[in-house]
Amino acid sequence: MASINPANHGLRLAVRYAVLSIIAVVFLFPLVFMIMSSFKPDLQLLQDTGSLRAFLPVGDLSFENYREAFERAPVWTFVKNSIIVTGLTVALSLFFCSLAAFSFAFLNWHGRDTVLAVILATLIVPFETIAIPLLLLVSKLPWLGMDGIEWGWLNTYRVQIIPWVADGLTIFLFVQYFKDLPHELVEAARVEGASWWQIYSRVVMPLAGPVLATAAILKFLVMYNQYLWPLIVVQEESYRPVMVGLQYFFQLNTAWGEVMAYLTLITVPVLIFYLALQRAFIASIASTGVKG
Amino acid sequence: MSSRLTRSNRAGWGFALPGFVLIAGFIILPFFFAFWLSMTNQRLISPNPTQFVGLENYRNLLGLAVITLEPERGADGAILVDARGEAQYPRVRTITRSDAFPQYRGMREWFRWQSGENVKVVIASDVVFMKALVNTLTFVLVVAPTQAGLALVLALLINQKLRGINIFRMIYFMPVVVSIVVVSLLWRFIYDGNDGLLNNLLASLTFGWFTPVDWLGNPDTALGSIMAMSIWQAVGFHMVIWLAGLQTISPTLYEAAEIEGASRLQTFRYVTWPGLRNTAILILIVITMQCFALFAQIDVMTKGGPLDSTQTLVFQSVERGYGKQDISGGSTISVILFLIVLTVSLIQRWLTRER
Repeated sequence: MASINPANHGLRLAVRYAVLSIIAVVFLFPLVFMIMSSFKPDLQLLQDTGSLRAFLPVGDLSFENYREAFERAPVWTFVKNSIIVTGLTVALSLFFCSLAAFSFAFLNWHGRDTVLAVILATLIVPFETIAIPLLLLVSKLPWLGMDGIEWGWLNTYRVQIIPWVADGLTIFLFVQYFKDLPHELVEAARVEGASWWQIYSRVVMPLAGPVLATAAILKFLVMYNQYLWPLIVVQEESYRPVMVGLQYFFQLNTAWGEVMAYLTLITVPVLIFYLALQRAFIASIASTGVKG
Repeated sequence: MSSRLTRSNRAGWGFALPGFVLIAGFIILPFFFAFWLSMTNQRLISPNPTQFVGLENYRNLLGLAVITLEPERGADGAILVDARGEAQYPRVRTITRSDAFPQYRGMREWFRWQSGENVKVVIASDVVFMKALVNTLTFVLVVAPTQAGLALVLALLINQKLRGINIFRMIYFMPVVVSIVVVSLLWRFIYDGNDGLLNNLLASLTFGWFTPVDWLGNPDTALGSIMAMSIWQAVGFHMVIWLAGLQTISPTLYEAAEIEGASRLQTFRYVTWPGLRNTAILILIVITMQCFALFAQIDVMTKGGPLDSTQTLVFQSVERGYGKQDISGGSTISVILFLIVLTVSLIQRWLTRER
């Protein structure tokens, strides 16, 4: 090792921080631009792109763009739809996937390993390759509604929720986590006469906090950011989520201030959520890669 | 006596059933359905009954041929030239519309090159599909290794023991939680040909020497621009996976390397890289699958243009299956895409197998 010269050391440290900071600017500038622009009138927004003013809260700032965005599009409807679809899918997914994973991890039944292998095999099927046949399928499915049987799931909440409830990755994450839990816990409860349902709900799930957080965050990101699927199965605005609602802002002449206001509105809550729970977010992505 | 040895078929099936039925119904069934639909003429809504058409959809997409055009000659056999001194060739449609060549019927020119005094023309049944195929493969071949490499560099930077390093990690990861649709819109603004941030930045860095480029409006730069943005958005995701891999490497190995007097490069080559093997395989497979699924960026930024320079397989599949309600055409592209993804991941597995 070279002898440590304090001045040299300080310089090296400065260089390191400089490199890290330049990269940070690269990742941050579009988001800063988005937020700052959302408060500026269109004309100023376009003029400011010529200088650093684009990233600064300067000039004529107001909430005018937000007000106009709400006038142009049913923003609250889109937000409400996204919350309903994302919330219900995450909740149902956590329940059904953990239930299935519990069965794969703790119960011994005929055909278990085959079924699990089939579920894991679906991981190599990208959603984009089944979107079109799935579109035809859901357009013909029955549903028991208020006035008897209805046909076709297009333009509903269920078409956005039910196909996304169960997936191989979520089940896999739960199975991995459950297999690392001490099996003695389950066996002791069994000896004491607990039913499987009681063991699932009273013994195992109370210990599943970390994996629940991981699965919930991954599902949340997938669902909130959905684009292709709602685009093709929901034409009625009363069921459209926020990402598809964006199309409203590109009719005829684009008002960029309103676009930036809408983008900020649908992005900043997620960013705040991420900043508050960043360790959990990063851990959940990392956990998808733990098993090679 | 142990419950692990007693079978509990009813409870086992009962607990797994809802999840399995959903996966079977909404992933496995449509997957096999795609193969069937690709051999029919199914439309989303049609008064006519669906017919089985065999491999016709595949022929309509994959038909490819090379034809040779000879220059026009005069009565004496000399090559006729036009006013600029260039040889004249018959038009491609004289062949693709001729009864003499039924095998080329309906095909169109994809590209051509000069070969001696003749011209070779590649004609395809579906030129847009061919462009989509080439663009998708180009995207994968460029983005997958670049993104994996940059993510590793970022992970190594973030893995340093520095005060406040977590703030940088948080920032680098931030675009991952932002929707790709939002990101695509923002970058449409950055890439704008007139007031775009990128043009303005390059102009000020070069003191006005840089001529503005319409990044997304120019067929030469559109796909590259989308690649750069896609890497920007997703690189943090893979950085985190690399980081998880880096942290599984035992610190004692690094200490040993230091005692042995290994240089930084040697430490990376002999300690870090071997420890990242499994992570590398996983990352490559995940990135490749994500790249093949390229859709939202195209739909928001270019709709496949200009001049089909950003067409992709998923975009074409959706445009046909949903936009034109041609379910069988869209499904055929889906099946082809899946077969490519499967082949590529099998090749990757084989190349990275334990030797």
